[in-house]
Amino acid sequence: MSIDIETARRVAHLARIRVEEADLPALAGELSGILTFMEQLNEVNVDGVEPMTSVTPMRLKRRADVVTDGNMQDKILSNAPDAREGFFAVPKVVE
Amino acid sequence: MSDLNKLTIAGARDALRKGETTAVDLTMACLTAIDAGDALNAFVHKTPEIALEQARAADARLKAGDAPAMCGVPLGIKDLFCTKGVPSQAASGILEGFRPEYESTVTTKLFEAGAVMLGKLNMDEFAMGSSNETSVYGNAVNPWKVDDRQLTPGGSSGGSAAAVAADLCLAATGTDTGGSIRQPAAFTGIVGIKPTYGRVSRWGVVAFASSLDQAGPMTKTVRDAAIMLQAMAGEDPKDSTSAAVPVPDFEAALTGDIRGKTIGIPREYRMDGMPAEIEALWQKGAEMLKDAGAKIVDISLPHTKYALPAYYVIAPAEASSNLARYDGVRYGHRAKLEAGDGITEMYEKSRAEGFGHEVQRRVMIGTYVLSAGFYDAYYNRARKVRALIKRDFDEVFAQGVDCILTPATPSAAFGLGEMADADPVQMYLNDVFTVTVNLAGLPGISVPAGLDAKGLPLGLQLIGRPWEEGDLLNHAHVLEQAAGFVSKPSKWW
Repeated sequence: MSIDIETARRVAHLARIRVEEADLPALAGELSGILTFMEQLNEVNVDGVEPMTSVTPMRLKRRADVVTDGNMQDKILSNAPDAREGFFAVPKVVE
Repeated sequence: MSDLNKLTIAGARDALRKGETTAVDLTMACLTAIDAGDALNAFVHKTPEIALEQARAADARLKAGDAPAMCGVPLGIKDLFCTKGVPSQAASGILEGFRPEYESTVTTKLFEAGAVMLGKLNMDEFAMGSSNETSVYGNAVNPWKVDDRQLTPGGSSGGSAAAVAADLCLAATGTDTGGSIRQPAAFTGIVGIKPTYGRVSRWGVVAFASSLDQAGPMTKTVRDAAIMLQAMAGEDPKDSTSAAVPVPDFEAALTGDIRGKTIGIPREYRMDGMPAEIEALWQKGAEMLKDAGAKIVDISLPHTKYALPAYYVIAPAEASSNLARYDGVRYGHRAKLEAGDGITEMYEKSRAEGFGHEVQRRVMIGTYVLSAGFYDAYYNRARKVRALIKRDFDEVFAQGVDCILTPATPSAAFGLGEMADADPVQMYLNDVFTVTVNLAGLPGISVPAGLDAKGLPLGLQLIGRPWEEGDLLNHAHVLEQAAGFVSKPSKWW
């Protein structure tokens, strides 16, 4: 599977990583190389095999659906690049 | 006592309990060694004030006779662990300035046991790398040196490995997603164990690939690994994947007796182009275990060849999802925006500026293999192959194999920068012997077993049954004693 420039641009956008136009051909080449390496997996017969979802055969634990934590607005905002009046601030998202 | 920083954990524990030294003296010796070791670029955030405060508290506990084994032991902590109020940025620019408001479960447990934190250790960015060359802090350097070249300490726990090998600390925490504890341990002549998945809580450890990540100790001896793992392990209500399995006394498991045990030698690990020295060391390791009374059997793990490509689908897929949280909103780096830039530009610019090249590449690969139309062809297929890899191990254990012996790495440490022009897949090959263990969720340990012709350390890996770290450590202990590896790097830094 070879990745073309258009696909590289789309993947970068899906990943929300800005890639300059001039860097797209090199990126497409790198991604293609890695995908070619992965294509060895097509040699394996996986008929009837369930995809592995958990390393240990255990059921994911559950807990009571109750509030166990909270009231720490200051701590939650303390590392924000832009926090105002108790909120995370971001560029305008609604018109 | 002189050279306190060169002590093992066991040695320090005994000396502290006998009153032959103090935690403060031990800590001071390490802090001095750290300041003299800047050329190794292992410690990237030093925390001497915290260390001395913890050391004084440890001395008080020792005096009161309330001293667990780790009490007063100075450690380095990999930058991947969140430590309250102390920079914890996973060696990434995107977490520049991040100071967690909370403490990871592993460091909490270590501190409750009285351990001392000397500072945070260098690593590959988000633990993605095998040479510590993707770090925002720059390369960590291997204390081992045989010519003009500076060598990699391996990765991703390169800073941890360099710091322990150079006696800047008594031991360090590491994390291992595809070999990130065992490969650097082998490259620096120390011991590193990746426990069974679920043995150690992942809470507060910056996530890379959640179904593969496990934390573990990096130490000077197998005994130290047993002591430190004991303090790190256990069920944690904050990590739903941590297992409700009792933690046995790992040090007590080191009986030195492996008579009647069965050691498997997997034929698929005999790779084309493997250096003869590594092949010979592997043979020698098998003979040592045989001389100790174990039975050596040839085994087959037929899907070994597909472990790396499966890993390089699954790990980036999980990473692309885990790293979606770095969006410039809640913490970390936010790009300067231009007039008219909206939220999408903020995400795209912040992530382009904050993530390094390898991380960007893996996030994009992960995004691709999870995207509509490719999910089945790549991600689901890789997860099916993963099930087959695990089945291979289940079958050999069911045949009565207790431990599996393999080389830890396909080569000794290579020069920093030597892989710069290689294609990314070449670097991924470093994990060829270790990555199967993560995919199957098994415990694996790297033990220094000899030197190559140039004088660089080589390691052997032992792989154990799930939850049998005690038995695994005992085998490693026997191998360590038989190999008698005592070499240390000569100090040039």
